[in-house]
Amino acid sequence: MKVKGNVFKYKDNVDTDVIIPARHLTSADPEQLKLHCMEDIDPSFVNKVQTGDIMVAGKNFGCGSSREHAPIAIKASGISLVIASDFARIFYRNAINVGLPIMECPEAAAAIKAGDEVEADFDTGIITDITSGETFTAKPFPEFIKKIIDCGGLVAYTKEKTGGK
Amino acid sequence: MGMTMTQKILAAHAGLQSVRSGELIEAKLDLVLGNDVTTPPAIKVFEDMGADAVFDKDKVCLVPDHFTPNKDIKSAELTKCMRCFARQQEISHYYELGQKEMGIEHVILPDNGIVFPGDLIIGADSHTCTYGALGAFSTGVGSTDLACAMASGSTWFKVPEAIKVVLKGKPSEYVTGKDIILHLIGSIGVDGALYKSLEFTGDGVHHLSMDQRLTICNMAIECGGKNGIFPIDEVTLEYMEKTNKERFIEGRYTSFYPDEDAEYSETIEIDLAKVPLTVALPHLPSNTKPASEVDLPIDQVVIGSCTNGRYEDIKTAAEIFRGRHVKEGIRCIVIPGSQRVYRRALDEGLLAIFDDAGCVISTPTCGPCLGGHMGILAAGERCVSTTNRNFVGRMGHVESEVILAGVPVAAASAITGKVATPFDLK
Repeated sequence: MKVKGNVFKYKDNVDTDVIIPARHLTSADPEQLKLHCMEDIDPSFVNKVQTGDIMVAGKNFGCGSSREHAPIAIKASGISLVIASDFARIFYRNAINVGLPIMECPEAAAAIKAGDEVEADFDTGIITDITSGETFTAKPFPEFIKKIIDCGGLVAYTKEKTGGK
Repeated sequence: MGMTMTQKILAAHAGLQSVRSGELIEAKLDLVLGNDVTTPPAIKVFEDMGADAVFDKDKVCLVPDHFTPNKDIKSAELTKCMRCFARQQEISHYYELGQKEMGIEHVILPDNGIVFPGDLIIGADSHTCTYGALGAFSTGVGSTDLACAMASGSTWFKVPEAIKVVLKGKPSEYVTGKDIILHLIGSIGVDGALYKSLEFTGDGVHHLSMDQRLTICNMAIECGGKNGIFPIDEVTLEYMEKTNKERFIEGRYTSFYPDEDAEYSETIEIDLAKVPLTVALPHLPSNTKPASEVDLPIDQVVIGSCTNGRYEDIKTAAEIFRGRHVKEGIRCIVIPGSQRVYRRALDEGLLAIFDDAGCVISTPTCGPCLGGHMGILAAGERCVSTTNRNFVGRMGHVESEVILAGVPVAAASAITGKVATPFDLK
């Protein structure tokens, strides 16, 4: 599967408090959460983002709170992929569980610039910066994550395991 | 090759003789935790997947602590959703406001005696890593993981490698677990332990009370750690006997110790005598400095949270406030972490000391720590706080600032109106 979109670029240590501030956690509705996504570090994000766009950031993306509302807000805002040097572990797990595609690729995270048009192929792990002409290869998903994705996410995987009781 | 303490706990719960770092395992859980923010989305997932009963009503713990007592209608609806679920599922460890077992989740679980050495616990709250202080493995997850764990009683883990943190010697006067963990985060960075365990050891451990150890493990997540864990010693045994004598006497727990030849990705030595009173300046917990080198005026002080709302914290704060007063124009909010801590502070006259000193005393809640309620900051305001995060906008306005500190520095700062240490007090 391939995605293509324009890039929103952020720095290292983008925390879950700026992805979705706690004052908005009184709702878990994706349609409500997306209205406030990134508002504390990038107030214009919600107005500019278009379906399919790609988020690119540095190290430790999604650090902080365990709120699943963070990957839900990013996904609901239309972002098709987050590329980062690496991800904080709870965010990594949550993104997989809610079906927000993520890729770890330090080279792409460093080279891709805000506004670039980028295409990524989940099957091959190849990321192409169409604007600059550069290509990068992301670390492939570990086998166990592929299994969860094959099952259609953690819910379906668990349903299968517990016999859908 | 030997195993670390964390690896042994994971292996035992996966029914395996041994595990290696990087290995994927499926493990049985002893306890599954959720709060008023993370549980309602989990309940929806639980229902969507067609589950009708939790795997064990005695092994699920639901605590309304983030936006409680409810700050608005939406938060009241969230808590109501969790309360209804708890009643319907007959959850044993659901706590209502005012009950003596009630309070902030990571304060009450150890104190209520439902966390013991060798246990494997997940919680939909990032500070679930707190319980490593008791020699348990515990880590934070999201709402979907919580839902699946509530249904199945198990979850998958990637076995982490570990950093060995050797604590040597004795901390100086007023230096607490908070200073030690901030010092460590400052030296390795907010991603210094990403995906890894922090395994604490060394002769310095014996100088740390259980409350100090809980504070240290609580903030393992702030350097990316999957968990923090302490060895089991006389302090652990005494704590278990105090919190759950029955389970302690019956021996229903397992003490795991790391193998001599366990593999560590790195070893960090900390001479506790050299750890200064430490603060973390905005906007990262790793942005640390000795408190004595910071000279900044402040508007507010918060003493409390799952990091520093335990009895010892409240007692330490009261000792500093005794006979002193909060600086004019400064607000100091004291939040005992649980109903038990609150009551003990009341019985021992500590709340009167706070009141005399001009502090405001709140019922137990996470409240201001995450910018929920009970002490939100306006633009341009600065707070010294014993909480755990100082990210942009964490406690309120995006132009407000949080400086993280231990209790002695927070109390001294409230009295002087600027970042200060108890040594600055007359």
